[in-house]
Amino acid sequence: MTSAAAHALDVTTLAATNEHLASMSNTLVYSSMAVYTLAFFAYIFEWLLGSRSRVARTANALTTKTDTKTAPAVTVKKAGGTAVLERPQVVVRSAAGSRDVPDGPGAHGGDEQGDLYGRIAISLTVLAFLVELAGVATRAASVQRAPWGNMYEFNITFSTVAVAVYLTLLALRKNVRWLGLFLITTVLLDLGLAVTVLYTASEPLVPALHSYWLYIHVSTAIFCGAVFYVGAVATILYLFKDAYESKLENGGKPGSFATSVLERLPASASLDKFAYRVNAAVFPLWTFTIIAGAIWAGSAWGRYWNWDPKETWSFITWVAYACYLHARATAGWKGRKAAYLAMIAFGCWLFNYYGVNIFVTGKHSYAGV
Amino acid sequence: MSDTTTDTTTDNGEQDQQDLGAAGSQLSTAPAEPPAAPGLGVIGWARWFWRQLTSMRVALLLLLLLSLGAIPGSLIPQSGADINKVADFQKTHKTLSPIYDRLGLFHVYSSVWFSAIYILLFVSLVGCIIPRAWQFVGQLRGRPPGAPKRLDRLPAYTTWRTAAAPEEVREAALGLLKKRRFRAHLAGDAVAAEKGYVREFGNLVFHIALIVLLIAFASGQMYKSDGTKLVVEGDGFANSILQYDDFKSGSMFSTDDLVPFSFDLKNFHATYQTSGPSKGTPVTFAADIDYSEGAYGRSKRTTIKVNEPLHIGDAKVYLVSHGYAPVITVRDSKGKVVYHDAVPMLPLDANISSQGVVKVMDGYRSAQGVSEQLGIQLFFVPTYGGGSSVLSTFPALENPVLNLAPYHGDLGVNSGIPQSVYQLDKTHLKEFKDSAGKQFRDNLKPGQTMQLPNGAGSVTFEKGVREWAGFEIVQEPGSSWALGGALAAIFGLAASLFIQRRRVWVRAVPGPDGVTVVEMAGLGRSESAKVPEELGDLAGILYDQAPGAPDPDDSSPSPSPDPEVVPAEGAEKR
Ligand code: HEM
Repeated sequence: MTSAAAHALDVTTLAATNEHLASMSNTLVYSSMAVYTLAFFAYIFEWLLGSRSRVARTANALTTKTDTKTAPAVTVKKAGGTAVLERPQVVVRSAAGSRDVPDGPGAHGGDEQGDLYGRIAISLTVLAFLVELAGVATRAASVQRAPWGNMYEFNITFSTVAVAVYLTLLALRKNVRWLGLFLITTVLLDLGLAVTVLYTASEPLVPALHSYWLYIHVSTAIFCGAVFYVGAVATILYLFKDAYESKLENGGKPGSFATSVLERLPASASLDKFAYRVNAAVFPLWTFTIIAGAIWAGSAWGRYWNWDPKETWSFITWVAYACYLHARATAGWKGRKAAYLAMIAFGCWLFNYYGVNIFVTGKHSYAGV
Repeated sequence: MSDTTTDTTTDNGEQDQQDLGAAGSQLSTAPAEPPAAPGLGVIGWARWFWRQLTSMRVALLLLLLLSLGAIPGSLIPQSGADINKVADFQKTHKTLSPIYDRLGLFHVYSSVWFSAIYILLFVSLVGCIIPRAWQFVGQLRGRPPGAPKRLDRLPAYTTWRTAAAPEEVREAALGLLKKRRFRAHLAGDAVAAEKGYVREFGNLVFHIALIVLLIAFASGQMYKSDGTKLVVEGDGFANSILQYDDFKSGSMFSTDDLVPFSFDLKNFHATYQTSGPSKGTPVTFAADIDYSEGAYGRSKRTTIKVNEPLHIGDAKVYLVSHGYAPVITVRDSKGKVVYHDAVPMLPLDANISSQGVVKVMDGYRSAQGVSEQLGIQLFFVPTYGGGSSVLSTFPALENPVLNLAPYHGDLGVNSGIPQSVYQLDKTHLKEFKDSAGKQFRDNLKPGQTMQLPNGAGSVTFEKGVREWAGFEIVQEPGSSWALGGALAAIFGLAASLFIQRRRVWVRAVPGPDGVTVVEMAGLGRSESAKVPEELGDLAGILYDQAPGAPDPDDSSPSPSPDPEVVPAEGAEKR
């Protein structure tokens, strides 16, 4: 009895500190939104200033056929009178039939001031990311579990991970700066949705969610979603850029806005390749996520596979991405057709995330809308 | 190393004629697209059909169909998941339901058309894997194809002039490539090498693992059994079909397959959130049991929790539900005990307001001495919040109250129609009336007794409310195969997506002026940044062994910086 009373006391003091942490988490999340908004404006400035420089590399590349491919690759440089032999250089040639278009210079379009704003935007993104990460961490501390118990928590974790993926790719010196504006816009949307519609007071989990498979399954699911999302953004941009390039190729005249924006993006082939790599890289992890979910379901509900709506849609998403990968491996389905499949696959993922939680009831619905 | 040169020098001339097609051949085992029109006759058609079925395009179509086919099952109630929802749906959708029913949309995943899709996919998969596996074995036993005539046509290319002799360069290249675990051999004036066979292997493993998964799944469905049992604290269960409340099994299951074991539920305990916005949310559920394996096994104690089932052989015992079982004693007009038992109550809400019934079948005599049956409708709240609210305000036993509404007459249990133990058939029952002529009912706390009107006996709500736990006992053979298949699938998939299969050729021949010209080229299965990077890396090493010689016309300007040219050390194309 006494121990039970002590326990109860414990629980109430704990509850007080938890509520304190929870409100701190909310403050941090709102602060990160403020910083993301600043970053958003900096990206906008980067794009605006970038439009000052008129680049038309695409049209040039498509109209003038230069034959640089067979140029000799060993060059001799005169350095201070003595000939220094340079190491051989590797000449890269695109596959036959694909357009040979150089990548755009990025959002700043080569404009120095634009570039400066772009760098400011990235710094702000890093700052906002750190604040948001702290918000997610305090939320986790307030509920004393991983912050993946309801859709509010999914959303804040999801956007944090998506930004982390973007910043990691940047840190690895991948050519992804062009993603910034598109990503941060949707991150703001995602967070806005989280704090208005989806907000849930912090609360512990029901026993069915107590399992280390939760940590494995849900963390990989969120990570996969964030990476698929990056892939989907690249796919959409690919579709636009590809349409633009084929219009130019056929002698069409795209609008000035389209020209200004699309000229600065990487070539459609690069976007397509980027999207494919991102999706292919995360597909095994997505497979693992579903299997981990099945193992968890096996220990929580007694059956590995219940055709519960969430499971069904995970499976549909998985099959859709498998279709996409197959399409890429088959001639005749490359390019736009494969890109449409990738969009369908990501649509399935989105529906699984929002649609199933909101419109369909199943065993997963206790995860809280 | 040198023995590899012997048998390939003869087809030197032929290999010079090879174009890119041959160099890129068999870089994957993807099937060729089938011919458009069938040949003549039945065999022609059969072969055409088989070719179509095992083509990538049809596999793609079947995959798409499979995902489309899975959608309705997630939107329409499924009888396998919740039969009550299906009944509700059928009540509200009078016109749609018969159509849905005919299409099997209430049991999509066991419907004919859904099975047809995955069986076709399965056949397609098998038809695809077997020839690919053969082809792959052939590739492993064969050799990478010789260098194409024009290496500078390949996706990644580099060249330089060196003072080293061609044979020296080739020998060095062969050694380097072999050290890098390429399969390399000398073919004519060039070294041909290939690496990344694990990709193909992983891909085959993945597709075979899918088959294993499917078979494990299907056999699991056929041999599985799945039943539920509600056990009150102090009671027990032995694993035989008769003891189940509800039992389902696959088509190949036989009762002998049930793993013999038994257990007694000693104690069930639950804890709940006691404060905050989520007050009443469960925190832990645990059932302490004594169990014994086999018919005469030694008794062991353990605890089953929600995510921690008990494994006994192939069987798993899950804790799936819980509730309360008030202990009720019924006495007749003479004070004789005619009923004494714990009555499991079905929870109605999250705070475990619950309902149940007591059925006194025989032994009861009314005040007039007439042999009758008694039925009592029970409504139980573990925590009565006071006031007029009849619902429980907290799921734990804090202030339990039991509401009783007694009836007498004929329970109808002998009519032959099976009855629920949680419901009263009131057609032949009469209410006990209070002094005002209304249905007699009363609220009791533990230990209290209610006297039935007119000396008809008494009902006691005994102290010490017991709890019950619902168990689900599942046997699903083949799940370890499914798990093994799933893990193999992941590893196969990772290998097939992350490993590049690529070829490298190094040609070294004397140029027109006698100086050796080295040419290197790389070809990947798909365009990849890794191929030029690796080629640059290899070229850098080989260059150190065969350093460059100056160009004949020293004054040639270096080519303008071209985005297509990357440094030998290899940075990605930007
Ligand atoms: C259950 C359905 C299937 C799934 C989930 C699946 C999944 C995959 C995946 C993820 C890849 C890797 C793609 C890549 O290399 O980029 C792949 C490759 C491949 N699949 Fe499937 N597959 C399935 C059924 C089939 C079937 C029925 C066939 C037979 C026609 C098939 C033939 C192939 C081939 C030939 C490749 C290798 C392509 C290449 O090497 O370029 N697959 N599959």
